[in-house]
Amino acid sequence: MRNPLSDKITTIKPSGIRRFFDIVSEMEDAISLGVGEPDFDTPWHIRDEGIYSLEKGKTFYTSNAGIKELRQEICNYYSRKQGVTYNPLTEALVTVGGSEGIDLALRCMLNPGEEVIIPTPCYVSYEPCTVMADGVPVILPLKNENQFRLTPEELESAITEKTKVLILAFPNNPTGAIMEKEDLEAIAPIIEKHDIFVISDEIYSELSYKSKHVSICSIPGMRERTVIINGFSKAYAMTGWRLGYALGPEIIIKQMIKLHQFAIMCAPTTSQYAAVEALKNGDDDVAEMTEAYNQRRRFLMNEFKEMNLPCFEPFGAFYVFPCIKEFGMTSEEFALKFLEEEKVAVVPGTAFGDCGEGFLRISYAYSIEDLKVAIGRLKKFVERLRAEK
Amino acid sequence: MREKILKAIEKNSRIDLKELAVMLGEEEINVVNEIAAMEAEGVICGYHTLIDWEKTSIEKVSALIEVRVTPQRGQGFDTIAERIYKYPEVNSVYLISGGFDLLVTLEGKSLKEVANFVTDKLSTLDTVLSTATHFILKKYKDHGTVIAKKYVDERLKMTP
Repeated sequence: MRNPLSDKITTIKPSGIRRFFDIVSEMEDAISLGVGEPDFDTPWHIRDEGIYSLEKGKTFYTSNAGIKELRQEICNYYSRKQGVTYNPLTEALVTVGGSEGIDLALRCMLNPGEEVIIPTPCYVSYEPCTVMADGVPVILPLKNENQFRLTPEELESAITEKTKVLILAFPNNPTGAIMEKEDLEAIAPIIEKHDIFVISDEIYSELSYKSKHVSICSIPGMRERTVIINGFSKAYAMTGWRLGYALGPEIIIKQMIKLHQFAIMCAPTTSQYAAVEALKNGDDDVAEMTEAYNQRRRFLMNEFKEMNLPCFEPFGAFYVFPCIKEFGMTSEEFALKFLEEEKVAVVPGTAFGDCGEGFLRISYAYSIEDLKVAIGRLKKFVERLRAEK
Repeated sequence: MREKILKAIEKNSRIDLKELAVMLGEEEINVVNEIAAMEAEGVICGYHTLIDWEKTSIEKVSALIEVRVTPQRGQGFDTIAERIYKYPEVNSVYLISGGFDLLVTLEGKSLKEVANFVTDKLSTLDTVLSTATHFILKKYKDHGTVIAKKYVDERLKMTP
């Protein structure tokens, strides 16, 4: 029999998190700090709208781009938060999670051989999606000393004649880094000068703890060269609803809608009705959850300080990214040993790119009680390692 | 800061104040002072424990009693409310809008004890026109805490 597979798919490595996931799943008593989704349930009034839509018989396909009311609410939201207006009829698309939006945008924007700059550490899907879209991923390692922000020098150094797209994913998973207005203003002229486009993954935008999130689309000249990816998973604790969206100039969104129409048809109908309620009446829930994350974040930063574990202060998402280089182990070795000896699971930084070596991703999407137990064990572990040295 | 402190201690009055200060990004001394001030001002009226008595071997019966009364000239409902809340077995007394006037909650050792209170003490008060007693059969949620079900983390243990 012939090889049924494409050459392209076989070159793509499985997610680095997989191996760890298998080990952790076997250990029943292990505490995990490895989760990338909120610990809160979807607020009840949002769930209720979903249920209500089912009762009313809203069980059919919606229009390809999503129900009009939802697209309108999404555009209102960006206008309210960022002061940037989008036309709900031509510049908005409701997707199956932010993930679909990333995939669509890359497939609609890349010609074979065109380069995509991917600042790392970052979420795991940008690189494989780029490869599947015939693009060439250009990995740009960010630095701890810059608090994992993208600097203009770094960006300039990664650009070639073939560069087409820059992926910007802030607040960042796994580092928790943010890009503030000044940081974005510093890179905007370079983007414009080299005539490249931006895919801005803003899925964690509501979880910003220093100042309100600023989207690159609000920086002059950037709106027409930016595709925004966002969604409901993190802000409204709606991961299982699989609902996201893309906003951008009509020329790109039009093609994304076409591809979405062939590949997906439409995002889940029930989720779309629930999401309308989330955008209309969910601000208080978001504020409450954000405050809870922020309290946990402060708690963890204080614990790291007390155990002398270096960690830059992250101002976004729900991750901290402490440095464990002093122990002379790789991230994976450290995480494995920690799991075996203290039964706490964390994700090695290398799961998010080679430059995550020497770091761990610790999620604080857990109750403060759980965090206390887990961090107590980390403290013990770190002290033991230091004593052994 | 007050609102954040109150929200935190309303959920957990035993929270370590040093820890609370860290979580709120405040100095510990400021948090301690603020709480002391709120105690003095009567904003914080007490610290209680939420107990699921069902899980103990102690028998308890709780009831909600709707009470209709005749308000008194010049004093409204305050005097009658005071007469009722002075009984130690009474947990709370609320003046409410709607079909009756006072809502009284009460705990007793047995059905009989609660019944006796209603017939002997409450109904016999001059201004009380009528009462309706509701016995609590099961508590699902109390003080914002779900009692009937335990939280289970259903998330995958590790996701990117």
